[in-house]
Amino acid sequence: MSNYKDIIASVKDTRGGIIEAFHALQKEYNYIPAEAFREAARVFKLSEAEAYGVGTFYSYLSFEKRGKYIIRMCESAPCHVAGADEVLKALENHLGIAVGETTPDGKFTLELTECIGQCQVTPVITVNSDPIGNIDPQRIAEVLAPFK
Amino acid sequence: MAEEKRIILEYADQINPENAGEYIKVGGYKGLEKARAMSRKDVIEEVKKSGLRGRGGAGFPAGLKWSFVPEAPVKYVVCNLDEGEPGTYKDRIICQKNAQAVLEGMAICGTAIDSTKGYIYCRGEYPYVVDLLNKAIDSAKEAGVLGDFDIEVRMGAGAYVCGEETALIESIEGNRGEPRFKPPFPGVEGLWGVPTIVNNVETFAALPYILSNGGEWFAGIGAPKYPGTKILTLTGDVNNATYFEVPTDYNLRDVIYTLGGGIKNGKKFKAVQVGGTSGAFIPEQNLNTPIDFDSMSAIGAALGSGAVLVLDETRDIVDVVTRIAKFFEHESCGKCNPCREGTFRAFELMEIINDGLGNAGDLDTLKILGRVMKNASFCGLGQAAPIPIQSTLQHFEHEYKRKFL
Repeated sequence: MSNYKDIIASVKDTRGGIIEAFHALQKEYNYIPAEAFREAARVFKLSEAEAYGVGTFYSYLSFEKRGKYIIRMCESAPCHVAGADEVLKALENHLGIAVGETTPDGKFTLELTECIGQCQVTPVITVNSDPIGNIDPQRIAEVLAPFK
Repeated sequence: MAEEKRIILEYADQINPENAGEYIKVGGYKGLEKARAMSRKDVIEEVKKSGLRGRGGAGFPAGLKWSFVPEAPVKYVVCNLDEGEPGTYKDRIICQKNAQAVLEGMAICGTAIDSTKGYIYCRGEYPYVVDLLNKAIDSAKEAGVLGDFDIEVRMGAGAYVCGEETALIESIEGNRGEPRFKPPFPGVEGLWGVPTIVNNVETFAALPYILSNGGEWFAGIGAPKYPGTKILTLTGDVNNATYFEVPTDYNLRDVIYTLGGGIKNGKKFKAVQVGGTSGAFIPEQNLNTPIDFDSMSAIGAALGSGAVLVLDETRDIVDVVTRIAKFFEHESCGKCNPCREGTFRAFELMEIINDGLGNAGDLDTLKILGRVMKNASFCGLGQAAPIPIQSTLQHFEHEYKRKFL
């Protein structure tokens, strides 16, 4: 695992690049750890309050520890009419967690998202941003098997 | 006339979008070459002559926008790839099928306004498009076609409001994506305070073809006042839920019944929402309308991003609109009161009605609330948020009233 200081240093010359730094950290850790967040604020010469204000504005950035695989269920109108509610229920049942929670083994975090632009194959979920479409609530176990 | 017309997507799946060489073989970068041999003023005139209007939803004439840019030592070209409008994925398709055309279009704009630096702001939901674009930029640089024009890709992080051009600029600067007061418009004072042209992916992607074939050629395609083609994405209860590129005078009924193959499972049509989640719901009697910007406006709808969500006769419109109200409540950035409070209250009222606990007074409150939001919200988000509610109250009020029983 790379050092968070190196990750931040790799984007430090990007003008206005604190969001890029947050992305790079999240790519490595799946969330933005507190220590790394403070370092990013320092490098981009922002107060921690300002940096936190920026980071928490964006729903894809997380300051809380999350699972290895982040599953996001799209709930926008096209997925909604294609049965997103049933898929979400099936996901919650299968994983044994509610939206916003992480499985006890630290493997899966379940989140909601708005449209992810894969509306040709509704309903859609993403696993760590990779879209998987045409989700059948009966076949959740099969869909998630590769990540077990 | 019920056929697709492919200009931007003509070579879709026939060329590798990452590879500049393959794009050049099918005529790519000819438009930029031509633009560079012209005076800046002539490039802008050519774009004006084409009648090209912004494809992000606002429909502002591209050439006119460029003509407002004053002289300055540094200027920027920004490509808006933050397509967050639910039901829309045309910009992703353009990048995945013809990314080089977007780069060429940005460089043409750079030539016209004398800028050597472009940014592409790609939504955070598309990390794979960011990778594709970075490879496409490397390939174009290697081929030497971009000259001194540099392009950098920045990634958003899941904020719908960043599709608004000044919020997008704030986000590139590393700030919260809250919109700025206009004027000054970005063309005069944009990214880091200097003149900046922000255009949509589809607008940029049309430019190479306009420059290669001439403005007059483009002006002759589709609707005279909104010429060219438009890429539509069909979702919901249609047989062919996919994307199409059509001339802008294409009829909405043909979009659903010819391209879309009609309603799924032999059911009947109930409503169509054009332009994404912020668009109006259109009833059967208005289907014989061309999709162009002005024809859609004339029936109280909007072409918007070109998303087309079709609902069959069995769909519960109030339930769908409640879901849409939740979207806006979630995506309001919180900067201005009419939108922050308005989207919250609109969702609250829609939930009450959808749960069967509403009454006729709630509909009156929704109508007043919608008017206030439309007139007093700071940016397009809050102004457009009531449209799905207002349009369904206008055409489908009986569905709301049925919930009271």
